[in-house]
Amino acid sequence: MRCLTNSGNITTDVDSLRSEIRDKSVRVIDVRRESDYKQDHISSAVNLPLAHLLSDDSPERVLKIFNSLGIDDETRVVVYDDTFGALASRVAWTLEYLGHSDVTLLETTYSNWKSLGLENDSQSPEIQSKEHSMNLQSDILATSDYLESAKDRDDVILIDNRERLNFLEQHIPGAISLPYRTLATTDKILRSKEDMRRLLENRGISGNSEIITYCGSVGTLSGLAYYALKSADLPNAKLYVRSFKEWKNLEKPTEKQEDASYWDLSAE
Amino acid sequence: MTISEFFYPKISKSKKFITIHKEKFFVLTVSSLKQSKPNSVKPKINWARLEEADNFAKTVKLFRQGKYDADSFRRFRLQHGAYGTRMTSDYAMVRIKIPAGELYPHQLEKISQLSEQFSIGSAHLSTRESIQLHWIVLEDVSEIFRGLSEVGLTSREACGNSVRNVMCSPLSGVCSDEKFDTTPYALATARFFLRNPMSQNLPRKFKFTFTCCEKHGMARIVDVGLIPQIREIDGTSQRGFKIFLGGGLGNKSFVGHQLEEFTPEDDLLYTSIAVIRIFDRLGDRKNLARNRMRYLVNEMGWEKFQNLVLKERAVVRATQSVITRLNVDHTPNEIKRPIRISDDSAITIPDGYARWLKTNTIKQKQSDYRSAFITLEAGDITANQLNALASLIRDFSSEGKARSGFVQNIALRFVHEDDLPRLYSKLLESGLAKSGALTMTAPIGCSGTTSCNLALTNSHRLAKEIQRKFLELKLDEDDDLKDSSIKISGCPNSCGQHGIATIGFFGGGARVGKDMYPNYQMSLGGRSDGDTMLGQVCDRIPAKRVIPVLLKIIELFKEHKKSDDTLKSWIHRIISNSEDSEIKSINDIKKALGPLVIPPTKEEDPDFYLDYGSDTSYHTKTGKGECAA
Repeated sequence: MRCLTNSGNITTDVDSLRSEIRDKSVRVIDVRRESDYKQDHISSAVNLPLAHLLSDDSPERVLKIFNSLGIDDETRVVVYDDTFGALASRVAWTLEYLGHSDVTLLETTYSNWKSLGLENDSQSPEIQSKEHSMNLQSDILATSDYLESAKDRDDVILIDNRERLNFLEQHIPGAISLPYRTLATTDKILRSKEDMRRLLENRGISGNSEIITYCGSVGTLSGLAYYALKSADLPNAKLYVRSFKEWKNLEKPTEKQEDASYWDLSAE
Repeated sequence: MTISEFFYPKISKSKKFITIHKEKFFVLTVSSLKQSKPNSVKPKINWARLEEADNFAKTVKLFRQGKYDADSFRRFRLQHGAYGTRMTSDYAMVRIKIPAGELYPHQLEKISQLSEQFSIGSAHLSTRESIQLHWIVLEDVSEIFRGLSEVGLTSREACGNSVRNVMCSPLSGVCSDEKFDTTPYALATARFFLRNPMSQNLPRKFKFTFTCCEKHGMARIVDVGLIPQIREIDGTSQRGFKIFLGGGLGNKSFVGHQLEEFTPEDDLLYTSIAVIRIFDRLGDRKNLARNRMRYLVNEMGWEKFQNLVLKERAVVRATQSVITRLNVDHTPNEIKRPIRISDDSAITIPDGYARWLKTNTIKQKQSDYRSAFITLEAGDITANQLNALASLIRDFSSEGKARSGFVQNIALRFVHEDDLPRLYSKLLESGLAKSGALTMTAPIGCSGTTSCNLALTNSHRLAKEIQRKFLELKLDEDDDLKDSSIKISGCPNSCGQHGIATIGFFGGGARVGKDMYPNYQMSLGGRSDGDTMLGQVCDRIPAKRVIPVLLKIIELFKEHKKSDDTLKSWIHRIISNSEDSEIKSINDIKKALGPLVIPPTKEEDPDFYLDYGSDTSYHTKTGKGECAA
């Protein structure tokens, strides 16, 4: 069964991706490190290590990168990683930000794919460069200035996707804590839609609010949360891509949980 | 081939037949990816009810909308096992009941996952064999319930005025001194009272502990404590118990009284019901600070209470419209050594093995088997360690499950002697091989100011600091210290069970002029075995002087001990006024410690005025306690 492109799916299941690869109707992006990619990867996948993208993620440079990976406006793209979908999400979001509409995440990780004994090899495919247009989707991006003005609005929900201890230690005032681990199941990078909706609804994340996600530094964990929200039919989401690292560097206000030595309860 | 590959074949046989472009493929689908682990032993009892998760989520919403008053909500929340958190109403602690301490591998894996998703990436073993997840957003608690129900666990009645987790000795079934294994009786008791209307609204919480023998103890410091006994009547042997009633540790602690010489097993349930009915009827529902059953027993006097119980039991026995029995499952556990793959190469025995073997394992009554104890710093275990433990149980325990123990630890039982070196090296890999589990170097620390509303000091971190220091000094290898214990509570309420420790501490604040510093009251000589007694107060010890004081006491002991003394026996002689050396009373010890407990000025030693784990000046700060809610 093949998923229709552009159908609003957030993830692509393993079976669909395999048939799309056979059909040569998809561009698969592996965002792991180059050395890992060279060892083996999903057959036909190209490599875009996240670090390479992040070294300069200005739209002009990123556009060139995607062109060189043979992606134009019509190309169906599936992204995967071995980091529970967080790195893949950051790349997918970047593509979306440029104006690309048909990008999804593989529903599972590369380790899982491999442990199922599914097709992988070590060959890098021949790629023909393509031309992608630039149509920046600024409504899915939150900057620090935007966040500062928006965070106190009643119709804005701010979500911190770092681990609970980090949140307790310091967070952006008004944020609610939804650790990235909450979003996944044992074998999928995102919970089922029904599960996700229930979880988010319990936390008051529903309806027409604008939702901004952030994490520690480069928008990976919060990138995954961005897609989690979309998977639960909450499309009005923005990623604060520079996240808490920038917020702190700008010396903007933060909050903490007072009067408790919670760190000493951790066994780490 | 590795063991795991052998047990969990990579490709499942289920195939999905699909048509793509008119060609037929057999495609391995993701539904076949389910990680079934056929080797796992599964529990026989499902403690969970999924509908309680939905109900909890709904009630939280009503509460947040102001449609449910705060007091009713608190009772409801506690009844479901969610406790309040220090200085905030946004978070809860979920206490997962582990009846009889039995832990199955897939349950540990679920708890691991839940700790990463909703808590702080670690879980905490309590002194009552439960596992706690802390700093959970109140709105996520129902998700924890949902996850627990997938593996048959519940937190129902783990808090609140109900029958709390029914404990059983981690050595029940393997202890060479036990008359019989009480585990099936503990499980049956837990099953009878869970969600039983009789125990939903008691004056106060109510605790059962089953043990294996006098030595391993703990039966006299709980509402109902039970030690297995066998009586010979006309040539046939009859099972029964020594039952102790009215004990308990808390702001004021009491040692339990033995009900009668021998209580036959058929009377176990009737006795339990009779005691609960009396407590329910006569327990103090007004004075919340003094309403545990031990106060009732104390105020009424033991003989009167004893008579009441015996009469009530006769009534209970006579008025059952149908015969009510405990559903005791006597099916023996299957003991099967996990299959080892041809990895015959003699493994190099890692450093520290002998020390670990000596201080962490106990010979079982079954020949060739040992129980291996895992000590966790103040009961904390990471999500990764929980997963590692699950695999180790599958690979090494011939009963396929583990037990949570009396001192925030975990026992891996039925490990074949030949497998111990390999188990040790695996434990090393996961950071679970700390030595001294069965010695004084594994102190208890309640959660203290890391999460508890009532705590005055960071008892949790102090326990960790002591363990680290003592292991560094290799005190676990000292046979003289082996049977002693250190237990620390962050306030007088005794969750850290300081009253039964050889050296016990409970936290408070003290001041020099305007400056406060964390302080502990130290007691000596407590014990929970056949000669159970509560420790006697010695002195107040500033938090940052606790370790030097402990070392000084050990030094005094070494100086004055008789040749076959242990620290425990020496202190016991001192508090019972039968020691004749230079140090012969608690007062003598206090005098010897004197110089160590004098507070320096803040200028001389600013660190003295800080509690462990804190870099801001110390002040006592507490929220509302919920024990009595």
